[in-house]
Amino acid sequence: MSVWFKRTRTGTFRLKLGREEREALRWLCGQMRELLAGDVDEGDPAVARLFPPAYGPDHEDKNAEYSRLMRDELLTGRLGALEVVAESVDASEVTEEQLVAWMGALNDIRLVLGTRLEVTEDMEEVPDDDPRAPMFGLYQYLTWLQSDVIDALQEV
Amino acid sequence: MSTAPVEIDLPEIDESTTVDRPWIVIVWNDPINLMSYVTFVLQKLFGYSLEKATKLMLQVHNEGRAVVSSGTRESCEMDVYRLHQHGLWATMEHES
Repeated sequence: MSVWFKRTRTGTFRLKLGREEREALRWLCGQMRELLAGDVDEGDPAVARLFPPAYGPDHEDKNAEYSRLMRDELLTGRLGALEVVAESVDASEVTEEQLVAWMGALNDIRLVLGTRLEVTEDMEEVPDDDPRAPMFGLYQYLTWLQSDVIDALQEV
Repeated sequence: MSTAPVEIDLPEIDESTTVDRPWIVIVWNDPINLMSYVTFVLQKLFGYSLEKATKLMLQVHNEGRAVVSSGTRESCEMDVYRLHQHGLWATMEHES
């Protein structure tokens, strides 16, 4: 059962998020836009994770061609989803289409944070005095949130 | 007809236009994408049943990779692109 996102009778979804949560999401969307728009650090592994190669490591030419053809479209899609979240983050209800954009944006943010944190599959917590603790807390929160979006979309 | 051996310059085979070996699209395991999300995306993009999508997701999770689609280079490149749109780690290669 989803907690934060509830399907209504009319097929929209109610957002049961607190003000601080909405503020945090708005801030994260802004951070992501800064990371992705403008001068992008191509050497940043978190950026690279969002634009992976289509072919194996031995196919530099094909990967370069794929990137040339597709990267802008991938970027446009990612920025578009962030825009949807930023625009609807204060709403009480969103459409299914908007919620699907939320799911994608939340995943993109998790990919960036998870790459920065170098998370592993069995990493369940980091000690409170670990410098990564605040970011890991945020990452975990987004994991719950995204999981909840998926539950909500699948509930009939 | 001459049966004398002649040297023939075989045309170089451009692997991108070889049609007899189809391309395959592989999704690789990663520690960030949620299992429920990978299943959801496979259903959404390929129209797979929950059962088939779950089986593929578990294969990715347990074996490190799974072939999720196959076809021409163009169709596979589109599938890889759509998987990348959704943040999954996907690559394509010739079926071996």
